[in-house]
Amino acid sequence: MANGAQDGSRLVQVQAPAQRFAYLQAAVDDAAAEGQRGEELLIPLLQAVQGKFGYLPAEDLAAVAEILHVPLSRVYGVATFYNQFRLTPVGKHIIRSCTGTACHVKGAQMLRDALQAELGIAPGQTTPDGRFTWELVACLGACGMAPVIMIDDEFHGRLTPQQLPRILRTYSA
Amino acid sequence: MAKQKTERVQAAQTSATPAAAGAAAATGGATTVEITVDGRKVQVPAGSTLLQALRGIGIHVPTLCYLEGRTPFGGCRVCVVEVAGRRNLVPSCSEPVQPGMVVSTHSQRVLRGRKTVVELLLANHPEDCLVCERNGNCDLQDLARELGVRERRYRGEKRQARPDLGSPVERDPNKCILCGKCVRVCSEVQGVGAIDFTNRGFRAVVAPALGRTLQEASCVYCGQCVMVCPTGALRERSSLEEVWAAIHDPNRVVVAQVAPAVRVAVDSQFGMPATLESTRRLVAALRQIGFDRVFDTQWSADLTIMEEAHELVERLQAAGAVPGNTDTAGATGPERRPGATGHVGPLPLFTSCSPGWIKYVEHFHPDFLPHLSTCKSPQQMLGAVIKRLYAFEQGINPNRLFVVSIMPCTAKKFEAERPEMQPAGTRDVDAVLTTRELLRMMELAGVSPADQEPMDFDSPLGESTGAGTIFGATGGVAEAALRTAFWMVNGRDLEKVDFPAVRGLEGVKEAVVDLQPGKKGGIQLRCAVVNGLANAGKLLDSIRRGERQYDFVEFMACPGGCIGGGGQPRPANVEELKRRMAGLYALDQESAIRVSHRNPTVVELYRRHLGQPGSEAAHKLLHTRYTARPGLAEQLLAQAQEQ
Repeated sequence: MANGAQDGSRLVQVQAPAQRFAYLQAAVDDAAAEGQRGEELLIPLLQAVQGKFGYLPAEDLAAVAEILHVPLSRVYGVATFYNQFRLTPVGKHIIRSCTGTACHVKGAQMLRDALQAELGIAPGQTTPDGRFTWELVACLGACGMAPVIMIDDEFHGRLTPQQLPRILRTYSA
Repeated sequence: MAKQKTERVQAAQTSATPAAAGAAAATGGATTVEITVDGRKVQVPAGSTLLQALRGIGIHVPTLCYLEGRTPFGGCRVCVVEVAGRRNLVPSCSEPVQPGMVVSTHSQRVLRGRKTVVELLLANHPEDCLVCERNGNCDLQDLARELGVRERRYRGEKRQARPDLGSPVERDPNKCILCGKCVRVCSEVQGVGAIDFTNRGFRAVVAPALGRTLQEASCVYCGQCVMVCPTGALRERSSLEEVWAAIHDPNRVVVAQVAPAVRVAVDSQFGMPATLESTRRLVAALRQIGFDRVFDTQWSADLTIMEEAHELVERLQAAGAVPGNTDTAGATGPERRPGATGHVGPLPLFTSCSPGWIKYVEHFHPDFLPHLSTCKSPQQMLGAVIKRLYAFEQGINPNRLFVVSIMPCTAKKFEAERPEMQPAGTRDVDAVLTTRELLRMMELAGVSPADQEPMDFDSPLGESTGAGTIFGATGGVAEAALRTAFWMVNGRDLEKVDFPAVRGLEGVKEAVVDLQPGKKGGIQLRCAVVNGLANAGKLLDSIRRGERQYDFVEFMACPGGCIGGGGQPRPANVEELKRRMAGLYALDQESAIRVSHRNPTVVELYRRHLGQPGSEAAHKLLHTRYTARPGLAEQLLAQAQEQ
């Protein structure tokens, strides 16, 4: 793929819409400045997409494929391999429920049941109003506060199901 | 220049691997190294992998994910061996040989390790062997038998993915063992990249991007993934039911046509020599199965050559490379099509027989569409002649005819479905069977060609020449076209019709052929012959960049041409491809007529119906057009542009 940029086969037909994807070109330049080239740029570009939108829109995956001259299937394969990448839009706030051992012992399942009832969605989903996205994570590394959830970058520890509605109300729609 | 050619040839052919190259450097270029295998000292080629070395000395090492000549994957661990001094079992496919290595290939530890690997694969496998299409012809099944798996020691979760059915190549991810051979063939050999690994761990599945289907993913349906799949996860969409239904319907006249590459594969399957007599046994077998007429796709290959060689000469004339009004032109020589309306296409002329190649250009290189010959493929030419001329002459209602073409190809199923191939809504070719499907028909009907008394093809569309035969091998279409183009330019036949320069399994071959020897400088025709779509893509890029200039290029989607087609019996390894190729050239040698323009019934067709090659009538019946097909990424970008 090192010679990808020279064989203009695809770019002949497809000019990625200029303004829409200008941020990707900037990301290419940044990564290139650090000596990355060709397929090495794939992950940095995906990070740039997610940094901009919070997830990876299909059109932007297509733009990455075109820019790097790699098949869309490869781009999609990498995007689905890493947990850090999302393919669906995320809510305004991200709730992460810890499923680690300590939290499990301290009643994480009851918290999850309460969250499910409160939010009306399953883990991995986003509320219809776009306010919350809810995920399960293996461990938040805050076992001393078990059971714990994290909303955006704030920890909420030693939680009981009864406290949840009040906490959720503090996060704006 | 020579170097570049070597590189490209290597890309298609070599079995050298990065690991092997590293080993070659390490051993300082010695040609062999000594290793100990199962207590025996042996010399093996330096720079080879352990697997290659072991196979080279006749030791069977099982593999699942190993793909001859491609990047070692080391994924399945079935090829493990024990190497003294190494803590773990070593996957031989990705291990370079080192001098002094001491290897055990079937120690207790090795056998137990391999068996456990297969048992773990089976733990997640549907194990529906009895109703699986690959029953009896499955690498996983073979391994389970070979390794003596006799109980289910592990039971794991089964994958519950939705099969991707309906297009000429079908996927059932639940049977997939994630060996990745299809992924490597699709991207490395074919340069298409329609599928890749998605997700991770237990959820990992080989699939097109964005959860789409193969149909949406610019798959060209070449079927090379089907050829390498060790299980039933990839297969052709079968047409057997509709073909049997037509055969069993007394009101239908069922017509078979057989491609050249099919017969040599059948010969090889039944241990018959590649002779015209064996072909006539195949004809008898088809009649025995119940086909009412048996015609030869080689007949229409000859017809294709008449049209395509004419088109070549026409484009050369338009480019000023050949005088427009040649005094040597014979009765059916290169005269301008009377009342020609369309413009003459540009040089280089690209062949158009391979439907995988056509779809590849439509998806990935649409700027080259005007270079494609407008000739339909032999399959579609014969379909058109049967439905629209033969039916008429025989007084058969075309709606009663059911044309079945038997092809080494999965992409032919797509070609027959193209709207251009269904004038007035009826298909010229009603069903396409792969060679594998034909073999299943023979099995079901209890018919073996080896047991048949030889019979002739039906007249008149069963007569063919050696030129039509060699269509089945890479270089054959170019050679056949050159034989007839020479005659069209000079009004006389070649003394020697063989063009060895365009023969052989190399990925890219080049030749300069003098179309008019003896005449002031002659006409130097710059030809190339390419097989494998990754090779094709590289050549197109170099033409686009102006690095390469040609007048005529033959492209075949599959490695080796149709003999290595995606519809052929497995395995289609290099030895088998060589056998099939040798068979085709032997049949060509054995043929009484070896140039398409001497096929008597083809000449007769022009005399009675079509006039000259390239005439209006010929264009109406035998030519087609192509469409740019933006891929998934292009479609998404176009949508983004609209927003």
